[in-house]
Amino acid sequence: MGHPFRDVAIVGVFNTKQARVLEGYDSQTIALEAALGAVADAGLEPRDIDGVVGGIASNFLYQSRIGPAWRSMSALGIPAVIEGAMAIACGLANTVLIATGEAGSYRQHASTAPWTRPTNEFVAAYGMFTAAEFALMARRHMHMYGTTPESMAHVAATIRNNGHVNPQAVYSGRGPFTADDVLNSRMVADPFHLLDCAMTSEGGTALVLTHADRAGDLAKTPVHLLGGGTDHYGPSYQHPPVWDLGGVRRPDLIAGHVGRRAAEEAFASAGLGPSDVDVCEFYDPFSFELIRQFEAYGFCGEGEGGDYVMSGVIEPGGRHPITTDGGTMSFSHGGASVQLFQRVIRGVQQLRGECISSQVANAEVAMCTGGGSGALFTDVLLLGKDRP
Amino acid sequence: MSMLTPQVGDIPLPDPGPISTPYWQGCREGVLRYQRCLDCGAPTHTPALLCAACASMNLEWVDSSGRGEIYSWTRVWRPVTPAFITPYVPIIVTMEEGWSILSNLVGCEDNAVSIGQLVEVEFHHTGGPNDIWLPYFHPRSP
Ligand SMILES: [Zn+2]
Repeated sequence: MGHPFRDVAIVGVFNTKQARVLEGYDSQTIALEAALGAVADAGLEPRDIDGVVGGIASNFLYQSRIGPAWRSMSALGIPAVIEGAMAIACGLANTVLIATGEAGSYRQHASTAPWTRPTNEFVAAYGMFTAAEFALMARRHMHMYGTTPESMAHVAATIRNNGHVNPQAVYSGRGPFTADDVLNSRMVADPFHLLDCAMTSEGGTALVLTHADRAGDLAKTPVHLLGGGTDHYGPSYQHPPVWDLGGVRRPDLIAGHVGRRAAEEAFASAGLGPSDVDVCEFYDPFSFELIRQFEAYGFCGEGEGGDYVMSGVIEPGGRHPITTDGGTMSFSHGGASVQLFQRVIRGVQQLRGECISSQVANAEVAMCTGGGSGALFTDVLLLGKDRP
Repeated sequence: MSMLTPQVGDIPLPDPGPISTPYWQGCREGVLRYQRCLDCGAPTHTPALLCAACASMNLEWVDSSGRGEIYSWTRVWRPVTPAFITPYVPIIVTMEEGWSILSNLVGCEDNAVSIGQLVEVEFHHTGGPNDIWLPYFHPRSP
């Protein structure tokens, strides 16, 4: 049997303008702008789309009268990309559009963003929000392995500097940052300082997948899905974020390692390992999560992530440069779902060689991720230039 | 440094469902309750239909000692909503019976928290339509 995604390629990607506030837009309009951008990037017309993923892409389907078409309501990043690829691989659709956007949903900043605030009865009364959830994971790791705020700050400074030099980042030109800048920023949820955390912003993003046989005739170099997986332990932010939370499927794994199984499956189907990854487009809700991911995916041993990120591998020019557009800390964090697609967008741009900042020379393999331990899930997607 | 106390503002309060009603009734009575499996004996929290160890539906409500130790903690300076007074200290407590609960630490200075610290439950009346008594934890001696 051949590779499950042998017949699939990503052929269009597009980020709209990203900003703290996008005046004149709502979530529908910014997502539709993203959708049209991705279709144009692929060199296609709206009528070429015969499948859509996501609630807003569904509106694109209506407005452009391209129905009847295949549709899924998957929303949260990498699983939606995998689902779109599966639809093509299974023959349910030929060309699938995935689009999302958020604007106008968070402009009163007295409270943290709505998507950070759980409503569950065992969490909400204790003042929990995403930073606190992830901090409980990070603190446990610090206790077990001696992981330091300095190593986390180095991660945050590295990602923020990638955004600093990216003209399209919301925080373009805000740096450069040192680890001391991060450590000197005000505390949000110990051990996370303000600059250890994702920001909030607005924006849209979209991508187009099509059949690999057609991809070669389109505008841009096709990018292939070498493997992917999703690891989930349950709903996010409703139960105590316990590092040691386990499950029967893999008794050797715990929530602190979430993403390891997904990475193992992705590497196995790609026939690759961590040393083959040229670009680490890792999701960066909080600085600690980069340290954790390098351990979870097998780039280094358990408890070694803090030293690993300090060893010169994650910076531009290092062997495994991270989150090269500035990620959710500096590029954009558009809300509940937009930023979860943007690691994939950036991975595609890196493999095409078209990044206007922090382009990794001759990148062949990109590892894109989403989620994090505090949210009890991590999704992984391996992208490559070669058809699997 | 500041003394950690229960929140008194207009914080979001639990809305008990059919599974969790015995838990909140226990809090009202000053007892922390958890579910224990009649088939395998394992504890389960948060309130569930299925045993966390064997997926049995044969669960009973039992009283906890109310004692445990801090498993992890954070100290929040940017409140989730303005109703929360900062700093506050979310903690995960490993209870003596082997289950985990999320709560806030009270009854000590904010910088006195550490992993392994022994704690004990206390309840605070927050009222609201569901007459909620919210469990918090304070330090205890061995
Ligand atoms: Zn059981």
